[in-house]
Amino acid sequence: MAGVLHQLVAGLATGGIYASVALALVTIYRATHHVNFAQGEMATFSTYVALTLIEAGLPYWIAFALTVIASFVTGVVIERLLLRPMARAPALSSVGVLIGLLLIFNSLSGWLFGYAIKTFPSPFEATTAKGLLGGYVSAHELGATAVTLAMLLGVFLFFRHTKLGLAMRAAAYNPASSRLVGIRVGRMLAFGWGLAAAIGAVAGMLIAPVVFLDPTMMGGILLYAFAGALLGGIDNPLGAVLGGFAVGVIENLGGAYVVGTELKLTLALLIIVGVLLVRPAGLFGRALVTRV
Amino acid sequence: MWNRRTLLRTAALAPLALKRPAYSAATPGVTATEIKIGNTMPYSGPASAYGVEGTALAAYFRMINDRGGINGRKITFISLDDGYSPPRTLEQTRRLVEEQGVAFLFQGLGTPTQTAVRPYLNANGLPQLFVGSPADKWADPEDYHWTIGFNPSYRTESAIYGRYILQQKPNAKIGVLYQNDDFGRDVLIGLKRCLGEADAAMLVKEVSYEPTDPTIDSQIVTLQSAGADVIITAAIPKFAAQTIRKLAELDWKPLHILASVSSSLTVLKQAGLENATGLISARFVKDNTDRQWADDPGMNEWRVFMKTYLPNTDSTDLNYVWPYAPCVAVTQVLRQCGNDLARENVMRQAANLHDVQAATLLPGIMVNTDPTNYRPIRAMRMQRFNGQRWELFGSLISS
Amino acid sequence: MIAGRAALLAGTTVLLAPLFLFTDYHLFELTLAIATALAILGLNLVTGHTGQISLGHGAFYAIGAYVTAILMADYDVPYWATLPASAVVCAVVGFAIGLPALRLRGHYLALTTFALAVAMPQILKYRGLEGLTGGVQGIVLAKAGPPFGLALTPDRWLYLFALAVAAPLFLLVYNLARGRIGLAMAAIRDHPLAAEAMGIDLARLKTGTFAISALITGIAGSLGAIAVQFVAPDSFPPLLSIFLFVGLIVGGIRSEAGAVIGALFVQFVPDLADQVSKAAPGALYGLALIAVLYLMPQGAAGALRRALAPLLHLRSGGAPAAGTGGRRANPGGTRHVE
Repeated sequence: MAGVLHQLVAGLATGGIYASVALALVTIYRATHHVNFAQGEMATFSTYVALTLIEAGLPYWIAFALTVIASFVTGVVIERLLLRPMARAPALSSVGVLIGLLLIFNSLSGWLFGYAIKTFPSPFEATTAKGLLGGYVSAHELGATAVTLAMLLGVFLFFRHTKLGLAMRAAAYNPASSRLVGIRVGRMLAFGWGLAAAIGAVAGMLIAPVVFLDPTMMGGILLYAFAGALLGGIDNPLGAVLGGFAVGVIENLGGAYVVGTELKLTLALLIIVGVLLVRPAGLFGRALVTRV
Repeated sequence: MWNRRTLLRTAALAPLALKRPAYSAATPGVTATEIKIGNTMPYSGPASAYGVEGTALAAYFRMINDRGGINGRKITFISLDDGYSPPRTLEQTRRLVEEQGVAFLFQGLGTPTQTAVRPYLNANGLPQLFVGSPADKWADPEDYHWTIGFNPSYRTESAIYGRYILQQKPNAKIGVLYQNDDFGRDVLIGLKRCLGEADAAMLVKEVSYEPTDPTIDSQIVTLQSAGADVIITAAIPKFAAQTIRKLAELDWKPLHILASVSSSLTVLKQAGLENATGLISARFVKDNTDRQWADDPGMNEWRVFMKTYLPNTDSTDLNYVWPYAPCVAVTQVLRQCGNDLARENVMRQAANLHDVQAATLLPGIMVNTDPTNYRPIRAMRMQRFNGQRWELFGSLISS
Repeated sequence: MIAGRAALLAGTTVLLAPLFLFTDYHLFELTLAIATALAILGLNLVTGHTGQISLGHGAFYAIGAYVTAILMADYDVPYWATLPASAVVCAVVGFAIGLPALRLRGHYLALTTFALAVAMPQILKYRGLEGLTGGVQGIVLAKAGPPFGLALTPDRWLYLFALAVAAPLFLLVYNLARGRIGLAMAAIRDHPLAAEAMGIDLARLKTGTFAISALITGIAGSLGAIAVQFVAPDSFPPLLSIFLFVGLIVGGIRSEAGAVIGALFVQFVPDLADQVSKAAPGALYGLALIAVLYLMPQGAAGALRRALAPLLHLRSGGAPAAGTGGRRANPGGTRHVE
């Protein structure tokens, strides 16, 4: 029984990783209804940029802030230059561009920063290495989870209670009507992308101290994050974060007791397929009904 | 689509299809002044961290050439990227052989990748020398005469660990964390063979991970729940560092044995040196960051090589140390060939090395091969981490 | 008519010329390119024609390869006889995947197939299936030699064999795309609701195309396995599916010639890019993908067709061929992949 509890706690810790990436995925989806395949690679690249700044001597939080801003700008630029012209195109075009971005960012990371694994500092270093909560959660993981939840709160409040947030939601749901009321839809889309890129950068910087930084850091994580986002509801930030934690726990318990550690990715695949078939809106998302 | 005319035309020209490209039959890849050596490496893709070994190999041959080459011949070293994809390895290897006309292949990296080209090379009588993969399968002179490995295999290494455990902790409960591929499975097999039927029950839990797993926390928890008091970690550096750190976080202190591939000081630093205290491992090369080799003539030779031919590189990266000994070995093979550089003779000499020493090998460890022994290195020494460096202990263990 | 005959002759010459001009090694590479082209052709059916985005076709390629490997290694089935088996297995699997895919569209389907591609190597490595798949060690295949004692090197024979297998399949897709089924697929791609309203059996067509598409890509995988003589989980990473996708777009969707061009691109770009930098191939694929989507939405094949169009029109001296499936009026003036 103690074992199960431990797996649970460990699963929540890992789930925190998925939750932060899932948040970024959901932000893009809310703004643009795109599934951002390049999210993982963009986050990795941002993390490398942060590491470069830190190694150049900048204090952690300055590097952190600069990276977040740079990522925001990059997201905006990507949306304006690459995705805006594809706005009216069928899904294939936008998927193609996103896959292209995935490949480019992945290659850039390897080319500019090399392939050896690197350590990334954590702002939550404890005085001893010993973990908290019986040792199953490290100080960093706890801190990272706190940051994720803070971001979640921020995103939630932003979308719910600010005019800009409201405008962004409107632009995503009904661009035509939004334009009629004076919302600059294009700007909303760009802002959404920027926001997602920034959240992704934060996620990357929170994840790297745990899993170490290398160009393939986000490979498996992206899939689990997708599973989490879908499970919770891909248009619902809270749902996505909960979904991320859930997937972490499911994956841990499933890997330890049910399917074995060799089929965890398959488990993620099954979650994705299952959710999309049974309840595409996820547990907390809103089901979209399209007029015929 | 097939009309008569096309059929007739094809039939008429058929004899021409027999024409084969002509390349030097007797000693391909060799002239009076040059020896061409081929190699494939994962410079891109999932295993690209090992790509730096390729640069070390190239640098070594540059050094040899600067010193006048071997028996008056310069080495042309051609290394191609295979992205750790077996089909691509075959493509690149065939390009090296059939287009570039190399004499033989050397230190190809990767188990699945080199497995893919082994039949081709053996069928065409090409030496596949000193394969860069510590799998057991390369020591098979009967079925694959032209293929020979170099590093002691993981099975050898884990058998050493098994023996150590049997001596030190005969009532141990062993848990193994292993990567779900050749590497990890080989470690498991070696350990199980060593324990044998009699002590098989000592292995209480074996749990694997995938390189795509973000963390191995779950696996560690499983091992702890199983009550293991000895852990063997057969993991690549990233996950080895995670494991060491996780054990410290859990404040769990089993006897922790680490596969040598992840035992460099760089990895331990990433995990936290204090956390790594008490780690057990084995090695057959010297660690260049270890102060006990600070004035060692062998390591100084290696340091000079690094400074001259690979400046501005991270000399704490073990990937620059591994290739040195195989390079010394292959240079010795070529020297022994003299002027007979036909492929058969190259292979004959590769299976004819006696007590060849290399600067980076631990004292007492030498390269030995003969027609029935395709394991150039069979010995290792055990080591224990004292919080600052690895301390060798015990004597040489050969298999 | 005469133009058609001439084209046929020219085409056959071009296809057979390598046998006499190129080395064994180049023929080996071309054989791999044929397998890739066939795989892209299969992908084209679902993604290009029917509009179901698949980022996981590498899975079918892998299944076809493994079926061939297992039959050859464990049951001594001659290599050519494994192809029908591979076709059947992949068609069934394709159908099985097509069923849930019915309910997924656009980005969601892309995501699901992407997940399949990522999970595939793990499934292939699974210990429970090790007896069948050889696990991480993979399976080594015997060499496929020419029959009837034909005096051809194995590489030359395999090239011919690959051509002989690919040609009918290309023909099949060509006819499929330009017939009634092609129109139905186009209707589903452009406006599924309207298509259904018009009486097209969406379910049957979508799952059917998935099955045929998987069948074709599966045979491509078998060809690849026979040529390389080795299968292992590492041979089929998620990148394989992505490269097929890149080849599809860059070559030109809904174009059989595009499948060939895309295959050549995917096959030979790394060889050129390697000289620049080891990281270059990935970046080149990405840049090419985005560039094509912007500048040449119909891919290289489309651009070629546009360039050669005046010549073709003059030759045939009549109306342009119907249902070329490429050039369509763009009401909004925006260029995009349709």
